[in-house]
Amino acid sequence: MRMQVSSRQAWSSALVVAALAAFPLVGGKYEVDLIAKILVLAVFALSLELLVGQTGLVSFGHAAFFGLGAYTTALLLQDPDPRPFWLVLAAAMLAAGLYALPVAALSLRTRGVYFIMVTLAFAQLVYYVFHDTKIAKGSDGIYLTGVPEFSVAGRVPFDITRPLPFYYVALGVLCLVFALLAALSRSRFGRALAGIRANEQRMRAAGFATYPYKIAAFVLAAMLAGLAGFLKATRDGYVNPEMLAWHESGAVLLMIILGGLGKLRGAVLGAFGFVLLQEFFKNDAVFGEFAKRWQLPLGLTIIACVLLLPHGLIGLPARLRPRVHRDG
Amino acid sequence: MDATTFLVQCLNAVQYGLLLFLVASGLTLIFGAMNIINLAHGSFYMVGAYMAYALAPWVGHYLGGGFFTTLLVGLLLSIVLGYVLEWGFFSLLYEREHLQQVLMTYGLILIFEELRSIIVGDDVHGVATPDWLSGSIALGSLMTYPVYRLFISVVCLLVAAAMYLVLTRTRLGMAVRAGSVDREMAQSLGIDIDFLFRVVFAAGVALAVLAGMIAAPVSSVYPGMGNQVLIICFVVVVIGGIGSVRGAFVAALLVGFVDTFGKVLFQEAAGVLVYLVMAAILLWKPEGLFRRG
Repeated sequence: MRMQVSSRQAWSSALVVAALAAFPLVGGKYEVDLIAKILVLAVFALSLELLVGQTGLVSFGHAAFFGLGAYTTALLLQDPDPRPFWLVLAAAMLAAGLYALPVAALSLRTRGVYFIMVTLAFAQLVYYVFHDTKIAKGSDGIYLTGVPEFSVAGRVPFDITRPLPFYYVALGVLCLVFALLAALSRSRFGRALAGIRANEQRMRAAGFATYPYKIAAFVLAAMLAGLAGFLKATRDGYVNPEMLAWHESGAVLLMIILGGLGKLRGAVLGAFGFVLLQEFFKNDAVFGEFAKRWQLPLGLTIIACVLLLPHGLIGLPARLRPRVHRDG
Repeated sequence: MDATTFLVQCLNAVQYGLLLFLVASGLTLIFGAMNIINLAHGSFYMVGAYMAYALAPWVGHYLGGGFFTTLLVGLLLSIVLGYVLEWGFFSLLYEREHLQQVLMTYGLILIFEELRSIIVGDDVHGVATPDWLSGSIALGSLMTYPVYRLFISVVCLLVAAAMYLVLTRTRLGMAVRAGSVDREMAQSLGIDIDFLFRVVFAAGVALAVLAGMIAAPVSSVYPGMGNQVLIICFVVVVIGGIGSVRGAFVAALLVGFVDTFGKVLFQEAAGVLVYLVMAAILLWKPEGLFRRG
């Protein structure tokens, strides 16, 4: 039974990846660009899902690590010479991880709503550093002048900053991150995180030192957010402090709640759902004059989603299936 | 900094802090007593400020005008708004998890912002200070201080005192405190919790609206103003300890002073100072200054 379910999931995942891979063949320039943007956000959302959904730690400062990754990328690409892709990528993830270490060590001393607010505080710290000092031209933000050069055995197969190569790199990164987190959730480490989410007291009673596990989860989530930030900066060619603002932390949190917490697929679905709903209601081909009032239908839809789908968008298929009483 | 400047900054800090207290006290009551995380609380502040702008001509036309009449009409409307919202929307939230409440009240923010845009538009507006409050008083030989800012502080202090009396000296306040400690026990002792929470919620909305209305002549009214207040009010609530009105009062004044003097003394680090103070307090006292119960 269990095998059947997971093989069905594997098939449907493969189908979704195949559809996304084929999308640029049918989609226009705008659509491909939009989906690429969502793929990056999905990596960001997955990184937060590791914390919120898998470990039960609600962070309201995750944009700090996203922004640190992006700013590290931008600051490394300030002269026209290309730099190695892997070097910039590693630096972005490292910067996010290095900041996450003390933040995790301190903020994990609090819990619940207080944890939410302390993570916000540390994110605001980074926001104001980039916003108010001249490290990276303050609130104006900076442009990337160089490009991260993707080279294999001394050859450069494509320019990653062009839309199509970027699309496939983003899709590849999303698949890798998803596979990594899926493998992680089945590992001993992942089981420990699930135990912490369900009942931390009991985990401690069972002999787990939960604090190092939580720190490890926090730092890993931050590094993956840094990876998403690297992709974002590479795609936009521009970074500004708004990437680190609490709105951004809030938006990614909303995405994973909307998608459905506790499931990795929920985070990806949430990123797609959140952005596509906005695009849909802003579309004046569908709504005409009313399209500029997009916030109203979006707000109503979000409320309806929570009321009708308490488990998030991920719960939609189960909701649509006829209800059958299952015994045992 | 000489003595007069110091005094002026102190008055500014008190005024800002007390204004934050009006918004944060409702937030902490709704959070602590009703166990609801309400992201839309900042929207009530925004609604208040826009009421001060939009109601004034209407009140002038039908009721003969007057600053206090406008305030009164706004407060009555806000109580009705709060009562209806609790009945139609927030009562759906009690049984839900915190994160679902976050998502639903975020949806509510979007709705409020769009309704505001439809009804009054997206422009920034100034709101006139009433004539009899528009003067300044002399401080020392060189400085003056606007009377209206003093007026804000006085109103906020009166409201805070009234809240203190209601919460500690009346049966209603006793019921609120009982309901926030143990909802079911209070209910079994014959307190009508549903009605009580509706009253608490309406009062919270009215406090935020009042803050918005009296702040409008100083801050002017602009789109998104509610969201700016929201985060800083959550900071106040958390520093004070969730559910503690006394904590919110102390925390609001603390935030007022840190922010005001931060802007004067360390211009570079002004924005971050409040958050650093919050982080330091929470690492020292992980459940805020005044833990409830």
